Amino acid sequence: MSSRRSRSRQSGNSRITEDQIADLVSKLQQLIPEIRNRRSDKQVSASKVLQETCNYIRSLHREVDDLSQRLSELLASSDTDSDQAAIIRSLLM
Amino acid sequence: MDSNNFFHDLHADTSLESSRKKRRKIEAESHSSETEIKWKSESAQRIYAVKLVEALQRTSSQNAPPAPSEAAGGRVVRDVADRVLAMAAKGRTRWSRAILASRLRLTMLRRHRKVKKASGSASRPRKPLPTAAEDRKNRLPAVGNRVKILSRLVPGCKGIPVTNLLEEAGDYIAALQMQVRAMTALTEIISVSQGDRLGSSSSSQA
Repeated sequence: MSSRRSRSRQSGNSRITEDQIADLVSKLQQLIPEIRNRRSDKQVSASKVLQETCNYIRSLHREVDDLSQRLSELLASSDTDSDQAAIIRSLLM
Repeated sequence: MDSNNFFHDLHADTSLESSRKKRRKIEAESHSSETEIKWKSESAQRIYAVKLVEALQRTSSQNAPPAPSEAAGGRVVRDVADRVLAMAAKGRTRWSRAILASRLRLTMLRRHRKVKKASGSASRPRKPLPTAAEDRKNRLPAVGNRVKILSRLVPGCKGIPVTNLLEEAGDYIAALQMQVRAMTALTEIISVSQGDRLGSSSSSQA
């Protein structure tokens, strides 16, 4: 199996092997907390993983947008450089 | 002596191919764990937060009177956060390069706004349907549809093969998670420091 995987890598991904896709899908499965926390040992279908991936990315985007909004409001009300120097110092410690 | 060396080199040549294959396989396996470690480590998060603060400082000093429209402020912060995130990727992933490239394109567009508006996107040819090989893999129409949606969510991944797309998506998700963690910590620190500042000033007045 390992030789098949390395051979397809050499051919420049012209033949997409079942193994590669299954590998990557399981890797995505690990990253997405929804699927990981459900603790189902059996294989989740690829379509389900892809759907959860899309939903997860969209929710992450929304969270980043919210945080950006809050950050911009906070930064607008505090203009002093000394504040931000203190922030950096506390971050580094 | 020389004959010994000659045989040794001959043996090394034939085993070089197998060791190269082995190395490639190990690289492939450690590559995924490497990227996750890169985005999960606390030090990476801290570095990102510091760079974000510095970049935000620069942008607020550039727009000399900060544009007071509140809706735009969030957009500015989001753009800066994405740019700093893309730089943290060090150009190794497609989505990070796409983010940085689109920033560049936007600044060029703003300079030649009138000329660019005329052309628009109608002339761009559409990507054809998936190839026969991919079709066999995505036999269920649901999978093909989801792949298309996913490719639209990850920046710069519109026409690439499925395996690359899944790889990019994995890295992109890990990076976004770090972005959320870092920005959450940042808002916490800033709001706490502001609360301290306001609290101390009011107590001094009393």
